[in-house]
Amino acid sequence: MADLNELTEKLSNIRQEITEELKKIESSQGAFEYKKSIMDSKTGKIGSLMREMGKIPNELKAEYGKKVNEIKNWATEEFESFEKKLKEAELKKRYESEKIDVTMPAKMQKKGNLHPNTQVRNQLVDIFGSMGFNIYEGREIETDYYNFTALNIPKDHPARDMQDTFYLSPEFLLRTQTSSGQVHVMEENKPPIKIISPGKVFRSDDDATHSPMFSQMEGLVVDKGITLCDLKGMLDLFVQKIFGEGTSTRLRPSYFPFTEPSVEVDVSCFQCKGKGCKLCKGTGWIEVLGAGVVNKKVLEDCGIDSDVYSGIAFGIGIERIAMLKYGINNIKLLFESDLRVLDQIDD
Amino acid sequence: MLVPLSWLKDYVDIDDVTPDELEEKLFSCGFEVEEKYEVGHDISNVVVGLVKTCEPIEGTHLHLCTVDAGKHGTFQICCGADNVEAGKKFPLALVGATVYATAKDHKTVEGVMTINAGKLRGYDSFGMLCSGVEIGVTEEMFKGAGYNGLLVLPDDCVPGEDVKPIVGIDDWIFDVSITANRPDCQSIFGIAREVAAVLEKPVKEPALDYTETDVKKDGFKVTVEAPDLCPRYISHYVYDVKISESPQWMKRRLALVGCSAISNMVDITNYILKELGQPMHAFDESFIEGNAINVRRAADGEKIVTLDEKEFTLNSNNLVICDGKKPVALAGIMGGLNSEILDTTSAVLFESAKFAHDNIRISSKELGQVSDASARYAKGVDEYATVMAMKRALHLVEELNCGKISSTHFDVNTGNSVDTTPLTVSVKKVNAVLGITVPDKDIVRILTNLNFAPVLNGDELTLNVPAYREDMATYQDVAEEVIRMYGYDKIIPTFIPTAEVTSGGYNLRQKTELKIKNALCAQGAFEGVHYSFFSPSDLDLIKLPEDAPERHAIKLINPINIDLSLMRTTLAPQMITAISKNQKRGILSGRIYELGNKFIPGELPLTEYPDERETICIGIFGDDEDFFTLKGLTDTVAKALDIEFEYESETLSFLHPYRTAKVMCNGEGIGYLGQLSYEIQNETDMRVPAYIAEIDLASLVKYYGKDRHFVPLPKFLEEKRDLCFVMNKDITCAQIEKAIKGACDYITKIDLFDVYEGVQLGADKKSMAFSVVFTPKDTEFTADFVDGLVNDILDVLKEKYDVTLRA
Repeated sequence: MADLNELTEKLSNIRQEITEELKKIESSQGAFEYKKSIMDSKTGKIGSLMREMGKIPNELKAEYGKKVNEIKNWATEEFESFEKKLKEAELKKRYESEKIDVTMPAKMQKKGNLHPNTQVRNQLVDIFGSMGFNIYEGREIETDYYNFTALNIPKDHPARDMQDTFYLSPEFLLRTQTSSGQVHVMEENKPPIKIISPGKVFRSDDDATHSPMFSQMEGLVVDKGITLCDLKGMLDLFVQKIFGEGTSTRLRPSYFPFTEPSVEVDVSCFQCKGKGCKLCKGTGWIEVLGAGVVNKKVLEDCGIDSDVYSGIAFGIGIERIAMLKYGINNIKLLFESDLRVLDQIDD
Repeated sequence: MLVPLSWLKDYVDIDDVTPDELEEKLFSCGFEVEEKYEVGHDISNVVVGLVKTCEPIEGTHLHLCTVDAGKHGTFQICCGADNVEAGKKFPLALVGATVYATAKDHKTVEGVMTINAGKLRGYDSFGMLCSGVEIGVTEEMFKGAGYNGLLVLPDDCVPGEDVKPIVGIDDWIFDVSITANRPDCQSIFGIAREVAAVLEKPVKEPALDYTETDVKKDGFKVTVEAPDLCPRYISHYVYDVKISESPQWMKRRLALVGCSAISNMVDITNYILKELGQPMHAFDESFIEGNAINVRRAADGEKIVTLDEKEFTLNSNNLVICDGKKPVALAGIMGGLNSEILDTTSAVLFESAKFAHDNIRISSKELGQVSDASARYAKGVDEYATVMAMKRALHLVEELNCGKISSTHFDVNTGNSVDTTPLTVSVKKVNAVLGITVPDKDIVRILTNLNFAPVLNGDELTLNVPAYREDMATYQDVAEEVIRMYGYDKIIPTFIPTAEVTSGGYNLRQKTELKIKNALCAQGAFEGVHYSFFSPSDLDLIKLPEDAPERHAIKLINPINIDLSLMRTTLAPQMITAISKNQKRGILSGRIYELGNKFIPGELPLTEYPDERETICIGIFGDDEDFFTLKGLTDTVAKALDIEFEYESETLSFLHPYRTAKVMCNGEGIGYLGQLSYEIQNETDMRVPAYIAEIDLASLVKYYGKDRHFVPLPKFLEEKRDLCFVMNKDITCAQIEKAIKGACDYITKIDLFDVYEGVQLGADKKSMAFSVVFTPKDTEFTADFVDGLVNDILDVLKEKYDVTLRA
């Protein structure tokens, strides 16, 4: 290196070369390699310039060092800004290459559902549980006494014709109603009694609208001064919670041997709000349950003093509620474990 | 029960009440009208047409008529009927009218048609003259309507008048549903009493008067040998009987309630059944041997042929009406063929009786013989109606002039009165049932309307209950009578104001079961519900051996069919069937569980309550499932209960011989899991494998409600080591895990992460790799310390199972 002019020219060439070369580089790998060829302290075109210092005359050393540092700083900045741009471009390319069709199907952790009956049952338990009702589950296999006789349905009673009973022996049968649990509860507990009793019941009926097994939920309140008005109040609250605010009930006379008076309870149609539609067969009302004031004979047979205590009771068909709520059109669908059915109801 | 409006009007004046109002009134007092319709609801715009001129159209069977339809005008009508004639009046369907379309026989109704103006053989015709069939009228309903030609209308009707009232098809039929406590309303008169009460109108009793002659049937006697099955038996002898057709009005009424007319004597009995709800029977007296009637239990093996020519072999549970020698009727069900009313009958014995309804119900069911009478008896008849019906029958005999009323009358009874029964109740108690105070005057008014003749004295209300109201016994019954007439809309909702506070909601067992269910749902399983009964073939489906305990199942005495005839002793077969059905519908993967009871009897037939054991059955299927995904679900149940299950190889009749395990909890067998055998997979047409588990929840109840305790997080860093062992193939994962745990008490977690078998290990060897987590207690671990723990483990494994660390 004879003089600084030569150096100046050399540095100018390097500068030009870097500027030109960076325009051609497209990948980080290329940039890394090129940067090494320039900046490596042993072999790089700029990096190695400091090694030349020994060959530089003393009086020129300061100037030489200054110039080399100048170009070194310039090149460092140049590479940094180039790398930054390159990274941005590469990221952009990556994003573009990862473009998706957002309308393609979702991926989910598959979750199962409780059976529609269980869902309805849980809702009923929530409602009545919050009113202080306990849940009593009776047996599916009952005696003739608890299913009939104790409920004021003696052997020759015409009400036995209302229910076709499956018998297992002269004494044992499949309960035809969850009311059979009433008697056990009243025998085992002293008033005040507030229970609901959900469970499976069985009747010898098998057609499009009947299943030989279905579920009921019985409700029973026994305390001092319980009246038909309490029944109405309790059921009003219940139907509003299960079918929505604004649903009302209508009581009309009916007959069950274990209640007197007995009523059928209709709810105002929650679909048409009482105007009349297919669901309510144009009447504006849907029959949902049977209820009444507990027959004093039933209380007395359980050892409860009917002069002091009175009771109200009601029975709901769980499938009936499920079918009404979810619009299920065939009761049999609830007992087939068809996953296409079970997958639909998640209330 | 069918109630024609016109018939009802005999007993209560309801000309001012529309059918809709009547329906609503009946509904409000407890009688739901299931259906109501006008008899001629399909017929419209049919009027009286007077044929003015009637000229034959040459070369055809047609006549060209000019028909005067009064205010509607005069029309040219082409008519093909053979009895069309000038000067006569016929039903004329105007253009736009609807009438019944008939088949070529002119008899069979094929639908409803609308009449249009048309051309027949080139002649304009503006309407149609109608036959009885075309306007829905039968011979029974209107004399002459059965003729296969035009229906001739009476001379006195006016052209242009609506034809419906003339032929009686403007009548309405109400199909009323009667609750089981009101057998007294199983008749048109019974309904009339209720209608009268609810409308506050008087009720008119049907005519019951008749005149007896001096004639007696000498020596005749009636005996009731089975008073328990026949509390009342009334018999009356009628002579000089002339059998003929019943009058038109009676035939019409029977037709309206779906009863065909037979002959006057038989029709009278059917008429009374509908009118008063009392089944009656008429015997041809000439066939009654021994001059006697005896009501007794049948002898075992005794035979009778009933009116419909069916023979029955009886037993002592069946009640029969006998003459001096033989059964002549199956009591309350059907008369005997040997004593039926014939055209030649000249004397009859009328029977009006009360039989024990349960006996009739059971006999009718056992013998498979049902009649209107038996259906009626099964609901219960009252003695009031029994007495009334006989009077009514004798009155009708006189009215129809078809016989003479002898003075031979027998009334055998067990002493029950048909008079009113007093019932005294407290008004306060009546109101206490209702929760409202019904004003005294309303109570008295309502009960008066119901014919209870109430007398109110302070709080004491005394009623005279008519004999037909056998359902009235307590203040609660009175409360119901009051409120159904006073109106349920007057009940004010209140909320158990006096009830003491009770805590409510699910109990521990119920909560725990719900927790298990939710945990399984979170694993993608759907809850199913299957019947509590199944088929004997279900036990064969899972190939249970003959002596398997599951075959000791409770049988239904009266199942719907054999497939629903056993109380289930396992939940697996129905789960297998459900999976198979899903697969047949093209669903090739899924998870189902059921939580339900199986029924384990002690002695059979049952002498005590059987064990209803809560059981959970899990069934999964699909190519992505395997034994271990099912095990994940059984472990889910364990985790929900905060307990651990252990698993041991097992074989079961319906599962894969090498992919089945017994599930245990604290050493107690509580269930099984495994892959469904390929045999059953094929037999049930499954395309993908299925896996079944069953766990006896009943034996896990003791673990419900375990207290949960928080374990403080470790103070010091845990150390994880991956250890890969080589061992003999028959050593199980559980054995190694147990040994590792036993060797060191710093271990908090062991996870198997790899299993390898290969030639380089040797034919009878395998390797298993575990990741083991060591958790420090009071001081920090050093690497040397953990190495020491690992060495302890290796020593134990080497000694116990000859396990070495894989190089």
